[in-house]
Amino acid sequence: MTTAPRSRRLRRPVVAALAAVGIGTMILSGCAAGGSSSEPTKLTYLKNTENTNTEPVFNELAENQCKTENTALPLEVSSIPQADLDSQIQLLASQNALPVMFAAAGTPAEGAKLDKAGKLLNFETELEKLGVLDDIEPAAISTIKNLYGGNFNFLPFQFNIEGIFYNKTMFAERGIEEPQTYDELVEVASQFEADGITPFTASGEQGWPITRLISSYLFRDLGPDALQKVADGDAKLTDPEYVAAAQAIADLGAAGYFDDNIASLDIDSSYNELLTGKAAMMYMGTWFLESANDPEKNTVGVDNIGFMPFPAVEGGKGSIDQYPANVGLPQTFGADTYTPKVADWLKCITENYGQVSLEQSGAISGFKSKEPVTDLPALTVDVQDRIAGSTESVLWFEALFNAKAGQDSSKNASLLVTGQLTPEDFMKLLQTDLDAG
Amino acid sequence: MKSVLGDRKTIAILLGPALLVYTLVILVPVVWSFGYTFFKGNALEGFEFNGINNFTRLFTDPDVQAALGFTVKYALLLTILQVVFGYGLALLYTFVLKKSSAIIRTLVFFPVVVPTVAIALLYQKLFQSAPKDGLVNELLVNVGLGSVDWLGSGTTAFIVIVIMDVWRSMGFYGVLLYTGLLDIPEDIIESARIDGARGFSLFKNIVLPMSLPILYSSIIFSINGTIKVFDSVFALTGGGPGNETTPLTLYMYRTAFAFSDYGYGSTIALVLSIMCLIVTALIFRGARRDNTI
Repeated sequence: MTTAPRSRRLRRPVVAALAAVGIGTMILSGCAAGGSSSEPTKLTYLKNTENTNTEPVFNELAENQCKTENTALPLEVSSIPQADLDSQIQLLASQNALPVMFAAAGTPAEGAKLDKAGKLLNFETELEKLGVLDDIEPAAISTIKNLYGGNFNFLPFQFNIEGIFYNKTMFAERGIEEPQTYDELVEVASQFEADGITPFTASGEQGWPITRLISSYLFRDLGPDALQKVADGDAKLTDPEYVAAAQAIADLGAAGYFDDNIASLDIDSSYNELLTGKAAMMYMGTWFLESANDPEKNTVGVDNIGFMPFPAVEGGKGSIDQYPANVGLPQTFGADTYTPKVADWLKCITENYGQVSLEQSGAISGFKSKEPVTDLPALTVDVQDRIAGSTESVLWFEALFNAKAGQDSSKNASLLVTGQLTPEDFMKLLQTDLDAG
Repeated sequence: MKSVLGDRKTIAILLGPALLVYTLVILVPVVWSFGYTFFKGNALEGFEFNGINNFTRLFTDPDVQAALGFTVKYALLLTILQVVFGYGLALLYTFVLKKSSAIIRTLVFFPVVVPTVAIALLYQKLFQSAPKDGLVNELLVNVGLGSVDWLGSGTTAFIVIVIMDVWRSMGFYGVLLYTGLLDIPEDIIESARIDGARGFSLFKNIVLPMSLPILYSSIIFSINGTIKVFDSVFALTGGGPGNETTPLTLYMYRTAFAFSDYGYGSTIALVLSIMCLIVTALIFRGARRDNTI
């Protein structure tokens, strides 16, 4: 059996080895090349689960205003949790397998990376070509350019300012006016706490509703450039004036002004606390209008929810009318899957999104409304007026952070307000992340 | 048979495909990943050479130290509990329930086949504290104790993870060790009984020494599984609150995919691989030494 000629004995292993190398190369090249960006057959839209605003509007557009576009390229929506979004998008981007439309950029730095890698559509150019660039609010375009690397590379499906939503009846019953200073806000909170009402509801599970309070305090105390200075290296989060802001919010927790078991409270439950009259105030962005204007969710009454800016810090450099502004967790279109059929969809969305969003839920977007929408809830009108009257906006706590600092900030916020992490250690943790780059 | 296995060509044909797949699926990614440890960057932005900075960072990164501490604490505690509870179950099946143990074995084994995410959701609800109390807190409140935010602090969240994972896996170790106990010849146990061994002395002198090989196997299974814990922690706590229940695997995943640093993520993966290697080597060494007694 083992007496085959030497040349034959040699040839077979060589052939086997070559075959093995060939198979290996094919497998590896298959892994390395990833997916291809062939012409899409559906308008695939990957969004974060927490975003409940856009899907109903898109469904309405698909059934009515954009019916033709939807027939040519049917809409297909899928969701993943916001916490996993950045990693999923990055994975898909590296495999050239991005959906046609997707949410991205938990932190603006991640959005800028995608743009730099050429993965995002330049809406300034494309909407100009489609003749619909004027349908976007210039303020929204400016906000996007400022945040995401200088280009108009995300769409403003939301255009939000942030502040404190409160229960008007609870305030009126106690003769409380909207607090103008932080000390007044704390005093108001103590009154509600004494009456057995949760003064502030916030989702510790999400974390960012707590860190927004820190940044608001910082902007009021140190001025609108407080966090830009940190990003530029001119100040550190561990500086005493920055730690003081974290201390102020930790003190709210120590005084029992937040929900019981705040660390486990999710965002919907937090909304529910305010909308069912269990809590008096909630810091939130105006995307919350969709819930506040929904009579099924809002059992205290649509007219019973008010909105006020975060109050001034006495002796501080910031002003009460500087609202944090953003476009929510932004959504965009992939550059590689942009085909004429997608362009048709983009044109239809740009022309109709603002109108449908406002009519359907009173939610404000960065798209202009074609016709004036009447019968808007008073809260939506109030917010519209505030946006129109605001001359300067500020960012949010994590806006200029890298991904790790952003995640650590949100994940550790509940520990700060439950006394498990000192303000010094909280800020030190984040500064360490920022220093690591 | 000897002539077949003595033929090199036959050996190559038999081992070749498996070796090829192993090389492509295990060795190539391991070497590839090791290469990444000298780079910084990601697939989207590209990579730049980073020297040994990723390794020096390991020693100064407080998150690595915390994650390592959590991983070791979790692996040790869970290994002990899994094997002890599993062994207890196996003894129960063999010496108490005997032939009627089938239904109990099936019930206790059931969580092993349920997806981890489903179990994590179940435990989240059981230990829920906001907006409403879950079953555990309801019980505590009903007996006059206060509601606990179980997943809101590192210590209590760790307790919930351990309870969940022990519940989830002890059925597996119960069956594994049960098969080992079944291998103990009945006549040896009978002889011991005739010689007067009863209860604990029978267990100590006969059952335990004769089930040591399967116990070693269980410990190896357990520690190598627990050191690489990911899914149960990810689904139950997401590593939180803060980073208090973040094991090395989750920190590695986040570093690579959420923080876009494949290089440092690979360096953490290397630490994890070395840990597994050391643990396996120690256990095998211990097992070999025992066999020579």
